[in-house]
Amino acid sequence: MHHVVLERWSRGSSPLHARDPRAKLGALLIFLVAVSTTAPQSQVAFAGYALLLAAALSVSRLPVAGLLGRASLVLPFSATFVLITWWSGDPLRALALAEKSFLSGLAVLLTMATTPLVQSMSALASAKVPGPLLLVIQFLYRYLFVVSEQAQHMRMAALCRRGTGQRAQRSAARFHAAAGAVGVLFARSWERADGIYHAMLARGFTGRFPAAVAAPFGWRDAAFLCASAAASLAVRLQL
Amino acid sequence: MTRMIEVRGLRFRYPDGTQALDGVDFHLDRGECVALLGPNGSGKTTFALHLNGLLFGEGSVEVCGSRVDANATAGVLADVRAKVGVVFQDSDEQLFMPTVLEDVAFGPSNQGLPAAAAADRARQALAQVGMGGASHKAPYHLSSGEKRRVALAGVLAMQPEVLVLDEPTTSLDPPGQRDLTALLRQLPQAKLLVTHDVDFAGALANRAVFFEHGRVAGEGTVAEMVTRFHWSRRSG
Repeated sequence: MHHVVLERWSRGSSPLHARDPRAKLGALLIFLVAVSTTAPQSQVAFAGYALLLAAALSVSRLPVAGLLGRASLVLPFSATFVLITWWSGDPLRALALAEKSFLSGLAVLLTMATTPLVQSMSALASAKVPGPLLLVIQFLYRYLFVVSEQAQHMRMAALCRRGTGQRAQRSAARFHAAAGAVGVLFARSWERADGIYHAMLARGFTGRFPAAVAAPFGWRDAAFLCASAAASLAVRLQL
Repeated sequence: MTRMIEVRGLRFRYPDGTQALDGVDFHLDRGECVALLGPNGSGKTTFALHLNGLLFGEGSVEVCGSRVDANATAGVLADVRAKVGVVFQDSDEQLFMPTVLEDVAFGPSNQGLPAAAAADRARQALAQVGMGGASHKAPYHLSSGEKRRVALAGVLAMQPEVLVLDEPTTSLDPPGQRDLTALLRQLPQAKLLVTHDVDFAGALANRAVFFEHGRVAGEGTVAEMVTRFHWSRRSG
C-alpha cells in the first residue's frame, strides 16, 4: 500500500536519517522562520533555500521525484491566496507566496521522511510539547493511514466492478454513488479504528505510546544543527 | 485445578439494543483448552472481549481472582490484560506499529519494561512462533499466515496465563492451520478458541461450549457438540 511510503522512507540509513531528531527539528524550525520572514523581492534568497534543500535531498538518498511530487500537494491549498495576490496587482508577492509554501512543505516532508514518527514525538516531548497534543498527533497520523487504507480497498472494489469506468453513468448517479462511498468509508474507518483501539487496550495501552530510546546528542548532531542554522541565516541575510 | 476464569450470569446489550449476551455461565481452568462454538452473531466474540476488560456487562467476570467490571481500577485492568492475551480475528487491527519488532514489543513496553528488555522479549516471542527473521519487516508486507503468527507473538510477548484466540484459522491455508495447531499445542497457557473450524477445535480442545442467542446452549466434547447441534459441513 502506498500510504506507508513515508514510514518506509523514514527507516533509511543516510547521514540525514542518522542525525538526532532534536537537531533535525531545530534545523527545520530555523529554516521555516527564515523562509517565512524573507521579503518577496529577495528572489536570490529563495533560490538559496532551494539549493539548501537540494543538498539535503541529495544527502538523504530519497527519491527526488517522489518527494517533490508530494511536496507540491501543498500548492493547491495556497493557490487561492496566490491567485488573489496576483490579481490584486502584486505578482512578485504571489510568486513568493507560492515559493514559501512549496519550500516549507518540502522541508517538513524531508524532515518527516528522514525521521521515524516515534523519534519525532520523542524530540517534541523533550522540547516540553504537551503530552495530550503528542497523543493526538500520533493517533491522527495512524488513523489517517487507516482511512487511506480503507479508501484504497474501496477503490479497488469499485474498479473491479467498473465503478469508475470511462463510460460513466449520469453525473447525478455518480455524485450519489460517490457521496454514499464517502459515508461508507468513514463508517468503515470508524469501525477499523475502533478495532485497532481495542487491540491496543488489550495489550495494555494506557494512553502513552512507548517512547523511543533517545540516543545521546553527539557532536555530529550539534555540528549539523549549527551548520543548518548558519546556512539558513546566511541565505536569509544574503551574506 | 486452578480456576483461571469464572463467569456468572453475564449479560450485555449493545447500544443499538442487540442483546449479545443473555446470562452466560462459563469457567476455564489452568492448562485447559476450551473451544467456543456457535453460529455467527451468537455472542462469542462479545464474550471474549469481556474476559480482557474491553467490554463490561451485568453479572460477574473473574480473571485469576480479580473481578473485572466497570468499577475495576486501572491497576486491576492492567493486571487482567497482562494475564489474558487476546488474539483478534483480524490481524491487521492488531498490527499497527511500523515494524514487526516494534509491534510485538508494544505490549511489554506498556507493561513498563525498558525498551531493550521489551525488544528482547519481542525477539523471544517471534522466535517462538517461527518469525524470528521478520523482526524488521513492515507488518503489511507479511502474508496472512505470517500476520497471524506475529499477532500471536505480540500477545505471547506479554507472557499471559490465558490465551483467547478469536477465529485463529481464518484466512490460513491448510499448512498454516497445521502449523498453528502444532504451535498452540506446545503452549502451556490455558486457551479459549473462538472458532467455526471443528477440525481445529477437535485437535486442540478438551472441552467445547456451544453459544446460541447469547446463551450457553450446550457443553461437552467437540464431537458431542458437533453431533448435538449438527455443527458440520457435511449434511445428515
